[in-house]
Amino acid sequence: MRQDIQVNRVDWGTILIYFALVIIGWFNIYAAVYDGTDAKSIFDFGINSGKQLVWIGTAIVLIILIMAADYRLFENLAIPLYIGFLVLLILTPFVGKEVNGQVLSIGVGSFRIQPSEFAKFATALALAKLMERPTFDLSKPKYQMQAFAVFFIPVILILLQPDTGTAMVYFSLLIMFYREGLPAKYYLLGIGMITIVLLSLGIENNLYLAIAIAAICLFFILLGKRSWQKTVVFSLIGLGLIGLTYSIDFVVSKLPTHQQNRVMVLFNPDIDPLGVGWNVTQSKIAIGSGGMFGKGYLEGTQTKFDFVPAQHTDFIFCTLGEEFGWFGSLVVISLFLALLVRLVIMAERQKNRFSRIYGYCVVSILLFHFMINIAMTIGLFPVIGIPLPFFSYGGSSLWSFTMLLFIFIKMDASRASQLGRLG
Amino acid sequence: MTDKRPQIIIIVIFLVGFVLLAKLFSIQVLDDSFMKKAERNAVQRIVDHPYRGLIYDRNGKLLVYNDPIFDLMVVPKEFTLEDTTRFLEIFELEKEELEEKFAAAKKYSRVKPSILKKQISTTDFAKIQDYLIDYPGLFITTRSVRSYPEPIGSHALGYIGEISGRGLERDTTDYYKQGDYVGLSGMERYYEDMLRGEKGAKYKMVNVRGIDKGPFKSGAYDTASVEGLNITSTLDMELQKYGEMLMQGKTGSVVAIEPKSGEILSMISAPFYDPNDLTGADFGKNYQALNSLPTKPLFNRPIMAMYPPGSIFKIVQSLIGLQEGIIFPETTFACNRSLVACHNHPSPVNLFGAIRNSCNPYYHQAFRRMINQGVSSNTYKDTEIGLTAWKEKVEKFGLGSSLGMDTGGEKAGSIPSSNYYNRIYGKGRWKYSTIYSLSIGQGELQVTPLQMANLAAIFANKGYYYTPHLVKAVNGDPEKIPAKFRERHDVGVDSRHFNLIQDAMAEAVYGTAGRAVMEDIVIAGKTGTAQNPHGEDHSVFVAFAPKDDPKIAIAVYVENAGWGGRAAASTASLMIEKYLRGEVLRQELQDYVLAGNFIY
Repeated sequence: MRQDIQVNRVDWGTILIYFALVIIGWFNIYAAVYDGTDAKSIFDFGINSGKQLVWIGTAIVLIILIMAADYRLFENLAIPLYIGFLVLLILTPFVGKEVNGQVLSIGVGSFRIQPSEFAKFATALALAKLMERPTFDLSKPKYQMQAFAVFFIPVILILLQPDTGTAMVYFSLLIMFYREGLPAKYYLLGIGMITIVLLSLGIENNLYLAIAIAAICLFFILLGKRSWQKTVVFSLIGLGLIGLTYSIDFVVSKLPTHQQNRVMVLFNPDIDPLGVGWNVTQSKIAIGSGGMFGKGYLEGTQTKFDFVPAQHTDFIFCTLGEEFGWFGSLVVISLFLALLVRLVIMAERQKNRFSRIYGYCVVSILLFHFMINIAMTIGLFPVIGIPLPFFSYGGSSLWSFTMLLFIFIKMDASRASQLGRLG
Repeated sequence: MTDKRPQIIIIVIFLVGFVLLAKLFSIQVLDDSFMKKAERNAVQRIVDHPYRGLIYDRNGKLLVYNDPIFDLMVVPKEFTLEDTTRFLEIFELEKEELEEKFAAAKKYSRVKPSILKKQISTTDFAKIQDYLIDYPGLFITTRSVRSYPEPIGSHALGYIGEISGRGLERDTTDYYKQGDYVGLSGMERYYEDMLRGEKGAKYKMVNVRGIDKGPFKSGAYDTASVEGLNITSTLDMELQKYGEMLMQGKTGSVVAIEPKSGEILSMISAPFYDPNDLTGADFGKNYQALNSLPTKPLFNRPIMAMYPPGSIFKIVQSLIGLQEGIIFPETTFACNRSLVACHNHPSPVNLFGAIRNSCNPYYHQAFRRMINQGVSSNTYKDTEIGLTAWKEKVEKFGLGSSLGMDTGGEKAGSIPSSNYYNRIYGKGRWKYSTIYSLSIGQGELQVTPLQMANLAAIFANKGYYYTPHLVKAVNGDPEKIPAKFRERHDVGVDSRHFNLIQDAMAEAVYGTAGRAVMEDIVIAGKTGTAQNPHGEDHSVFVAFAPKDDPKIAIAVYVENAGWGGRAAASTASLMIEKYLRGEVLRQELQDYVLAGNFIY
């Protein structure tokens, strides 16, 4: 009987969206490698679409394994998995294979995995495990420190590989922290600082920005009741922010050139159209040339003929934008929005805190990937190499997103049999 | 507060979706510049050059055709060489040349083709064709250059060459691109729009490295090139060839016209050049060489050289006088050599005698009557009125302005106006005695050989002409030639007045150009001598024949050959015989002309 209840409560809508995205992604991978003069079947294992089909098949096996497993398994495995992947992350630089100065993957022969991809859901599980205790209160500094420690350790290890993109993904967990009660003032301060950083990079002369900050602080000091404490606090905040604007340019100038350029290209894509600007310029051309309804399946010229680099992995969205136009983008973005909103609703209906926290981790990671990946292809965000979930070619990426998602679907399906441990 | 956070997160999710879709909408739907950029990226337009139209002579013999030439191309990436010596032998290349060309090709692109050897002839191509398969990365592209079965008619036919920067600017239709070939002179230029055809285009896709990825949209946008129209010229190849042979080594012009149609049978500018020199790879070099020669072979004398018409102009004077009723056939004037020099002949003479003997004083006196008709009592004013009226009548003979034939660069010649003399001498300060040399075709009169030949056609036609032209039919259709060449121009003189003129011209040949006389073909002609202040006078002769049914009107100029009766008349007579009989029986006269020694 218990089995029946579980199966009945599986959220089929989410699974449907998952398969829709995976299949659309698979067709796009075929389009990205399709060559009109030498057309191969989409099933040809010699090309990426055929290989991706293998990854999809194995992902389905993973799904079956996850759905068949006991829901308590993941809770119990949380800490061992987390520690295990930390060890793998430490080992990767020593035993892994170096590609473009980065050591991301380990493995034997052609079977390679990227520990940094899988460390994401291991970290999510570990955080859920840590934070499920009823006494855990994110408004208190003690618990804040604990939570940040759990997620900073893998971040630092990944930064050492170095893989800035994947490391940035971990910061998306701040969304989960927000849901779990991390005070809003941190976010306001963070958003404020990011705004100032961006303005400082975008505006040539920092003096204008400094004057604006000083004016705003003066406004707050003069507003309402005046006290010396308030004057000191706002003066310090103002001075700090002005210091920040001036230090940004210094920090940026100390970054490795390729990262520096990735940032600057955001403000001026024409900086170096054949060099750093190439990716963004070509990617925008591919997507922009799609028009309202696109050029038609396999009719795209920009992605097919290799004008867009990494067209089947990080820039897979270009193929969609070029061949299916804005309409195709609307469909896929809507699918992602539906999935994310559905996941928020599912997280909220969990009967225990562990599942809810894990659910929000899934939402955070997927939202970040989805947002940043598409934003970078259309020049809204610097180019960082992170895949589009379920879409991009690659086994590690597909497997890790599948595991991330289906562990939560499994938790959700078993929520009736779980004890109400909600804090 | 915490219970609102899930909603805030959902709002953030929607906000992200909205921002992404809005940005996508702006670059995909609102901004169409990306589409153009994408096409520039991946679609290459390859021009399909049409075959330029051919040019035939009036009897259907080929004058100008297209000769395929072959360029040997190399794609450096695919090209490997094992036996260099053998390769150099087969393709007739020097080692240094190969190395230099190959290095340049590699520098240009490793995957795009570059020229390894330019302009291989058809015979050489046949030789290397079979070996090409042994050398991957080598292939042949075909182009064509203008070619001429006989090296004749170069000035009339003109030449083609790469379009100039100014030519591109003038091209408002934007048809031409840098490096396109375009007619630069002669018929090639005048009939450029007909001869060139219509360019086609093929669109092919290329990938980021420029490698061909097949036709764009399966060739839906491709257009085929349209061959140029073939033009049948009015030129008679045999006559042209014969004429050029006669003019070999001389300086001057021959223009022969079919009077009834204005069709130019032959147009020769000597010294000439071989039209094959101005084709293909050596165009620039040869053009420079020809252009710097002191004999100016590129100068198209029949339409660009201007000479005083001399005695031949007396016929025009006679016709105007007859039409005006100022002189009559029986009008006589004394050969008063105190007015102007003359030859020895009986005096006084009537009109017939005046033409026959080319009597200068006769025309001095007759012209005075035309100019000073007593319209005004002031002799200065009267002269001015008379000259203006007279100028109008002379212009009707196609003088004083370009005729509008179908080559560029035709000069107008000149008939002085009253204003002209006013400028030089001041208004009211010149009279008949100032301008009397116009009466015998000297002074300020300037006429091109083409205009002279047209005069001969007018005399033959008894009062009308068709604008001389070089086109007889377009793609075999005579209706397609420009309409202006089928428009009859009347000179305003009644045809009856021409009978006496024709008789006198026929008679004059006996008197002044005895060498031109043939037993069976009656030539009506008039000699002239264009005075040359720089040396020996230019020999001029205009004629038409046969007198009773003129088939050919001709003007011959031989520079520095002295009196017209010798060189020019002999050449004209031989041309007439060649055209009417098809062969020349007077070997002696031909030898005389070929010898080019006209002193006796």
